[in-house]
Amino acid sequence: MSTTTHSAPVLHLEGITKRFGSLTANDSITLDITPGRIHCLLGENGAGKSTLMNVLFGLLEADEGRITIGDQPLLAKGPKEAMDAGIGMVHQHFMLIPVFTVAENMVLGSEPGRAGLLSISDARARVRELSERYKLDVDPDALVEDLPVGLQQRVEILKALAGGARYLILDEPTAVLTPQEIDELMAVMRALRDEGRAIVFITHKLREVKEVADDITVIRRGKVVGQATPDASETELASMMVGRDVSLQVSKAPARPGEPRLVLDGVTVAAPSGAVAVDDLSLTVRGGEIVVIAGVQGNGQTELAEALLGTLPVAIGTVTLDGVDITDAPPAETLRAGLGYVPEDRRRDGFVGEFSIAQNLVINNLREFANRGNLRLDAIEANAIERIEEFDIRTSSHTAPLNSLSGGNQQKVVLARELSRDLSLLLANQPTRGVDVGAIEFLHKRIVAERDAGTAVLIISTELEEVESLADSIAVMYRGRIVGIVPPDTPREVLGLMMAGVSYEDAIAGREGSGE
Amino acid sequence: MSTTVIPDAPVRTSKTVESPAKRRQRLSSGTLIAIVGLLLAVAAFTSTGTSRIALSDAFDEIKLPTIEVPAVPVVALAAAVLLFVGGFFVAKRVPKPYSTWLGVLAGVALLVGFIVWVAADAPLPFTLTNQLNGTLQYATPIMLGAMCGVLSERAGVVNVAIEGQMLTAAFTASVVAGLTKNLWAALFAAVLAGVLSAVLLGIFALKYLMDHVVLGVVINLLATGFTGFMFHQLVKDSPDLNAVAVMQPVAIPGLSQLPFVGPILFVQRPLSYIAIVSVVVVWFVLYKTKWGLRVRSVGEHPHAADTVGINVVGTKFSSVLLGGVFAGLGGAFFTIGNSGAFQTTGVTAGNGFIALAAVIMGRWHPVLAALMALFFGFSRQLAQTVGPLQTPMPSEFLQALPYLITIIAVAGLIGRVRGPAADGVHYVKGH
Repeated sequence: MSTTTHSAPVLHLEGITKRFGSLTANDSITLDITPGRIHCLLGENGAGKSTLMNVLFGLLEADEGRITIGDQPLLAKGPKEAMDAGIGMVHQHFMLIPVFTVAENMVLGSEPGRAGLLSISDARARVRELSERYKLDVDPDALVEDLPVGLQQRVEILKALAGGARYLILDEPTAVLTPQEIDELMAVMRALRDEGRAIVFITHKLREVKEVADDITVIRRGKVVGQATPDASETELASMMVGRDVSLQVSKAPARPGEPRLVLDGVTVAAPSGAVAVDDLSLTVRGGEIVVIAGVQGNGQTELAEALLGTLPVAIGTVTLDGVDITDAPPAETLRAGLGYVPEDRRRDGFVGEFSIAQNLVINNLREFANRGNLRLDAIEANAIERIEEFDIRTSSHTAPLNSLSGGNQQKVVLARELSRDLSLLLANQPTRGVDVGAIEFLHKRIVAERDAGTAVLIISTELEEVESLADSIAVMYRGRIVGIVPPDTPREVLGLMMAGVSYEDAIAGREGSGE
Repeated sequence: MSTTVIPDAPVRTSKTVESPAKRRQRLSSGTLIAIVGLLLAVAAFTSTGTSRIALSDAFDEIKLPTIEVPAVPVVALAAAVLLFVGGFFVAKRVPKPYSTWLGVLAGVALLVGFIVWVAADAPLPFTLTNQLNGTLQYATPIMLGAMCGVLSERAGVVNVAIEGQMLTAAFTASVVAGLTKNLWAALFAAVLAGVLSAVLLGIFALKYLMDHVVLGVVINLLATGFTGFMFHQLVKDSPDLNAVAVMQPVAIPGLSQLPFVGPILFVQRPLSYIAIVSVVVVWFVLYKTKWGLRVRSVGEHPHAADTVGINVVGTKFSSVLLGGVFAGLGGAFFTIGNSGAFQTTGVTAGNGFIALAAVIMGRWHPVLAALMALFFGFSRQLAQTVGPLQTPMPSEFLQALPYLITIIAVAGLIGRVRGPAADGVHYVKGH
């Protein structure tokens, strides 16, 4: 293969500072991006990685600092200039238009055709040519919204390459992918690197960094805290990222499962569009065990959680909790029946951001904290002080609005609220999404403690690390069904295949077949 | 050919289950259709004699026969069809293409049944050519207004100001026609007025990030106030400005001689021809040009458009302005296009809002929106055609019929439709 782009100069960021109001998202960051290397930007959520790359790509304007390519200053006033300078970006939230075809998305902004007319046949040809050249297969006429996320991402990468990107930024590209898709993506990244392109890979997943990086830069709270090499251990990287020592494994005693508490029998749930999201699903969770539903995002987990809570109707089947039928019961009833619920998107469904910590801590339990319609303010305050202490919520005061807290502390408030009631079932959907590594440790410990108190725990997670460290048993979900229930020590490749819909037996066989 | 990497991967299912919302919609539309069927059945047994449907009128050169049908069996048959479709909807779930066809069948049955019932034993025949010719005439401003709506909403700017834009244009056309005595100059002025009001919409919606709906209401009120004030101050007592010629129907040589379709399609006022051409133009521009692709992209996902270097606000603005051209043409219809001098701020008579309904029912697609505009035109003309037939129905009810049909169609049969994803959403960089 010809390496046409190997002579590209180094992209140099110097002293980049970006402030949003009083918050300094990037504090004088200096970074070299070298062609022919994969440079990992490692940092927790909110560390400022995406902000930095948005500055580089011209979507945000830096307050201080400068960017040079070789000795040429880069004056990106917008993405157009950045793209012209050879910078391409694959965004965390895909910048694709769902109702357009692949070809339309690919040419948007630099459409082929004469005299203002759009030539779709030329657009198609361009897609075919690119997908041939980079061996990334896509159908030019498919609607983007019909494609699985892995393919959508492929379109994004091709789109960036179509713009002639020599410096390719991938912002959290693995968050939505199955393990197999992640492997494929890494192969693509290596191939592009070997062609002489510079790859910037933004992530907070240590394993991926170690696997693919040539250079590692760790960012914490908007500052570069250090460089590392891929042979650094995960623990070292984690403590650089967090700023203190963290343990990545939750030590927990073996589960002592008791009686079945949550029983799902043939549950079918339709998404609001009418499409079947949960398909004839049966599952039992016993007291004192943690069942983790693992799977790639968008396989019905969200709908399942909402149906259990009672915000989506159960079309067919029954749900019982401690023998009580709660099928289609409204949230008020399911919560009273002993359901503790940690929603997937805490900002949207988990709390009221403008309300104080104290208010949020009692918001679904006003019966206890009100007296004939009057709030018992002293009881609410006492409760808040106690929970803040118990859950190590880092805040200046219990009257602070929840919006002012970090993601991890917000999640602690949500969990504290749920765990302060007497629960039969704790249902947590992505309990540590957007939470810093330090808080993850704490949240996991609390969840395990709740299990040991005899509560049935059902966790929904897309992060394999979380699945492995919490689960007493793993239920793999794919297209609304449980593919299989497997023990927590199941190898990752097997889990990965199952997350793509392969049965346990076939996954084991396939692994052995390809392994030798 | 190639070996599968993943063994026995299950085939993707496309199973669906009826959501409660869809079920409610199905049951309510089924019940509604059945009720209409029942009414028609009652009507069938109160009517007598025959109905005469004329395929040409007294002025047409080629006379076509007048069809005579016995009223009772035809109306009864239509009622039976409606009852069958309604019952079907209530009884079971109908998959997608069939439900549409059943809906169309019910619509046709309703129309045939209604017209035959109305024409039963009437002193005059029901003249189908008049009905269809009038349909196009009534639909003209609605179609043009809908093109304005499609263009701005596809770019993500909600436009409830079509009414006001058309009113301003109607007034401007009238005044300029009075001043210049030149209808084409007046039409040009109307377009200019439409564009200027679009500038107002664009600036406040896109630069000052005002809520689109509130802004639209303000523009409508402003248009009423402005034209009313100017009319009373300047125009009312000036015989010069108040005497305005009207564009006369133009018969297209040859084509207008065709039997049946000739008098329907090819003897129309100029703006009706312009409206039809406009629909084609808007469709072409939106789907076949680079600019159209960009317009649709900023209405769906402005952030994505920004990342590929598209000027989001500029693109939105240009589309709103182009929309103004069509609102201007549509507004001109109410004065120079059809009826003469501007006399009252009520000339547009809600057509701008009906155009908006056509946009939504037509799913933001220019051709579908135009078809919906024709549907509204049809029901308005129906009230006119049926008027002299001495129906047992009060004329006020007939006048209200188009709006009633709109409510039923929007609420029951069409249900929820998906518009441009970022319609009405402000786009600010860096968020």
